[in-house]
Amino acid sequence: MKFAVLVFPGSNCDIDCYKAVEDVLGEPVDYVWHTATDLSAYDCILVPGGFSYGDYLRCGAISRFAPVMAEVAKAAEEGKFVLGICNGFQILTEAGLLPGTLRRNMALKFRCHDTVLRVENNNTPFTNDYAPGEEITIPIAHGEGNYYCDEETLERLKENGQIVFSYVSNPNGSVIDIAGISNERGNVVGMMPHPERAVDKLLGSEDGKRMFTSILKAWRDRHDTATVR
Amino acid sequence: MTQQLSAKEPTAEQIAEQQIYKQMGVSDSEYELICGFLGRKPNYTEIGVFSVMWSEHCAYKNSKPLLRRFPVTGERVLMGPGEGAGIVDIGDNQAVVFKIESHNHPSAVEPYQGAATGVGGIIRDIFSMGARPVAILNSLRFGKLESERVKYLFEHVVSGIAGYGNCIGIPTVGGEVVFDDSYDGNPLVNAMCVGLIDHDKIQRGVAKGVGNPVFYVGPPTGRDGIHGATFASEELTEESEAKRTAVQVGDPFMEKLVMESCLELIDSGIVLGIQDMGAAGLTCSSAEMASKAGNGLELYLDQVPQREEGMTPYEMMLSESQERMLFVVEPQHEAQAKEIFDRWGVICAKVGKVTDDGRLKLFHLGEIVGDMPVTALVDECPIYNKPSEVPAYYNDQANVDTLRYEEMTDLGGALDKVLGSPSLASKAWVYEQYDYMVRTSTAVRPGSDAGVVTIRGTRKALAMTTDCNGRFVYLDPEVGGRIAVSEAARNIVCSGGEPLAITDNLNFGSPEKPDIFWQMEKTVNGMAEACRVLDTPVIGGNVSLYNENAKGAIYPTPVVGMVGLVHDVDHITTQGFKQEGDVILLLGETKAELGGSEFQAVVHGVTEGRPPELDLETEKKLLGAVLTAIQKGLVSSAHDLSEGGLAAALAESCISGSLGAKVAIETQLRPDVALFSESQSRILLSASADKAEELEQFIASQGVPVSVIGQVAGKSLEIEINRASALNKPVEGLKQVWEEAIPCLMK
Repeated sequence: MKFAVLVFPGSNCDIDCYKAVEDVLGEPVDYVWHTATDLSAYDCILVPGGFSYGDYLRCGAISRFAPVMAEVAKAAEEGKFVLGICNGFQILTEAGLLPGTLRRNMALKFRCHDTVLRVENNNTPFTNDYAPGEEITIPIAHGEGNYYCDEETLERLKENGQIVFSYVSNPNGSVIDIAGISNERGNVVGMMPHPERAVDKLLGSEDGKRMFTSILKAWRDRHDTATVR
Repeated sequence: MTQQLSAKEPTAEQIAEQQIYKQMGVSDSEYELICGFLGRKPNYTEIGVFSVMWSEHCAYKNSKPLLRRFPVTGERVLMGPGEGAGIVDIGDNQAVVFKIESHNHPSAVEPYQGAATGVGGIIRDIFSMGARPVAILNSLRFGKLESERVKYLFEHVVSGIAGYGNCIGIPTVGGEVVFDDSYDGNPLVNAMCVGLIDHDKIQRGVAKGVGNPVFYVGPPTGRDGIHGATFASEELTEESEAKRTAVQVGDPFMEKLVMESCLELIDSGIVLGIQDMGAAGLTCSSAEMASKAGNGLELYLDQVPQREEGMTPYEMMLSESQERMLFVVEPQHEAQAKEIFDRWGVICAKVGKVTDDGRLKLFHLGEIVGDMPVTALVDECPIYNKPSEVPAYYNDQANVDTLRYEEMTDLGGALDKVLGSPSLASKAWVYEQYDYMVRTSTAVRPGSDAGVVTIRGTRKALAMTTDCNGRFVYLDPEVGGRIAVSEAARNIVCSGGEPLAITDNLNFGSPEKPDIFWQMEKTVNGMAEACRVLDTPVIGGNVSLYNENAKGAIYPTPVVGMVGLVHDVDHITTQGFKQEGDVILLLGETKAELGGSEFQAVVHGVTEGRPPELDLETEKKLLGAVLTAIQKGLVSSAHDLSEGGLAAALAESCISGSLGAKVAIETQLRPDVALFSESQSRILLSASADKAEELEQFIASQGVPVSVIGQVAGKSLEIEINRASALNKPVEGLKQVWEEAIPCLMK
């Protein structure tokens, strides 16, 4: 399985995502520049955190126009796995690959600390290694993580099981404590907490490891099925 | 246009007649010297260039004789003071690069940008050496948090640091925040950056190779920060508010791009010399690079990228616009360098040439607009040995009996007061605004004795801290200087690290005043002695003087930034108690030393007497014993005793570990003194029951006083003194007092 970690000007969790794939899975992973126009070689695309384009105008608003984003949309369309973390989540909502938007934290301050997340849907390619309702510790570090969508969208998210993670204690004012969501098909996930920062006990938590193992498992399942056919 | 503008500039004659140089901080005698070096009167651009190069900020003209007293060499030191930052060997071809720098004056008038650009500047110092920045720390001082102005400064300084550090993606892993009246109107904002480098990648800021092109990298130059270095070298007055234009505006996104592209350029191996444009911008970087190579430099100012139209040579040379660098490569590497910056979308312009005539020559619109000897700019600033005089307060304090107040019998109440004092209280309100986890190497987060960052691909880690107790330094600068270095070392050791070296930020009032200069002298003596005995040389630093206003000077505040090497991540130790049943040991001797203590300040409302004594040999023994015990795996938790003494240290270890403790002490001292004395060279350890005896014996065998004082148990902190109950508080309650103090005041 091959991973791509996108690099926009101002991405700063790109290295952390790269290391997490390398350390947890040992699968091949490449940094892919924002100007790239071909992602066909990759099975999973990680859109990392940071301050792409300095968060100027609005978080993710400029990145969505980067050449690579058309390729991300294509990959999503093809059913490949796309995971946006923090700024990556903001970019995916701006690009329209995920519904809703991320507003400034309710307290209007950047917040960095561990949070406890509840796994709301473990039936996704990103969460199949977790138990349903399991509580896991994953840190946040953001100023604009207050998820918002209209009532109608929220109902759809609930009905389709698109709410993947929720906060046990809401740190930012997100609507119904949402921490991460997926698209309808389930192959695109965006989340504000950083699973790549929770892959080593020495650094606080290793609860994020299973997001990466889930992705590999999902890909292998799909790959095996395809071979059997 | 330019001619019209420059026509408004005073002529060389007018500068002399109207003594315009004085407005730039140049004295009559200095002006005479400058005329001598030039063989004529300087024009407006030249006097501007000289004035910043000869400011305290750039030339250390008042502090140099003192700085020479510091030990600056050591077996591990690869680079001492003089370059962007000092470098210390940590083995395996790796080295650690670090430096601290102040942005006090800018932060006093424009706290967000002042603090943000302080962080930006120190990061550039680190990556200009070729190092990858891996952590940021800071040391902040404000007036009492009850004042609205202080709240404003505090809030915006913190968000300025957060705004810059978070965006550029370097974790802020530690620091300190102290609130005291002496900093009212003169906040201190010191920022430290730590980087990692391979030995063979170390860069220097030299303009090597006559004929080689000089390149400017970064955003265009604007009219911001003009005369920032001069502004930082005078006292703050009411007119300082009007000098907001001397404060620069930061763009961390741009710095991220400049950092990545410069590191890539350095990695390519083609760089001959590189330096950041910090204080005094283009002036200082070009003059210093030429000076270090023994060369000259020509600058073609028309080629300097400009943000505004019609900028004069004076403005371009003195602007402190941020995120700019200067580098030299050989002509055949020009295209390769440009390709790197193009890819990162960063401006790179050829603005000059290395020459052999030893002069800094400035060209603009086809004319020479400045021509100055490089050595005069960099090396010939007169150095002043200021008069020094023992202040009256110091002699008076000798006779103050710190025990003259009635004994405090409500010890629980006193502990609440100490823990709820904003200087001691939890700083989560501050550090949770900083991204302290990005780069996924933070093993010990802010809030313990030191921050610890792992080094990928090795078993090693770096412990780092910033420390200074200004009250002690004020009461006795020499002892206070020793304490500042020793406390930093204690914090490093308690985290499992071996102290390597320090960077210092000497924050003082005006050196023109003999009593302030006396403080500087004594402080430096104390620090230098401590650095020698503890084998932690000074590898770089910063001096910030004139930190005073109409109400007086700040407490002398020599902030020590120390980095230590953790040889194996298994040695990483934190302050929180770990396990019910663990044995608690107190190392060192507790004496009746309340002078300058937190207890004295919050309970009696005074800062007086002599500070605690500190014997460096005793300290050295303690540090060696604790570090070895940690490395032997005997220690569960370690915590330095500092502000708030034994009571505060016990409470902090309980709170951090969410565990209680039962403690019994036998003492000749008054109970309030025993619990709150801030005697130095003391450390609180805990160890599992099966290792406690071995630990106690080992510590004793090293000649360090040690006693078992209790064990980790229950959910309360219970202290008996001479078999009578002295204090009994639920940890949850202590935690609440400690956690809520700052958020409550900031609501």
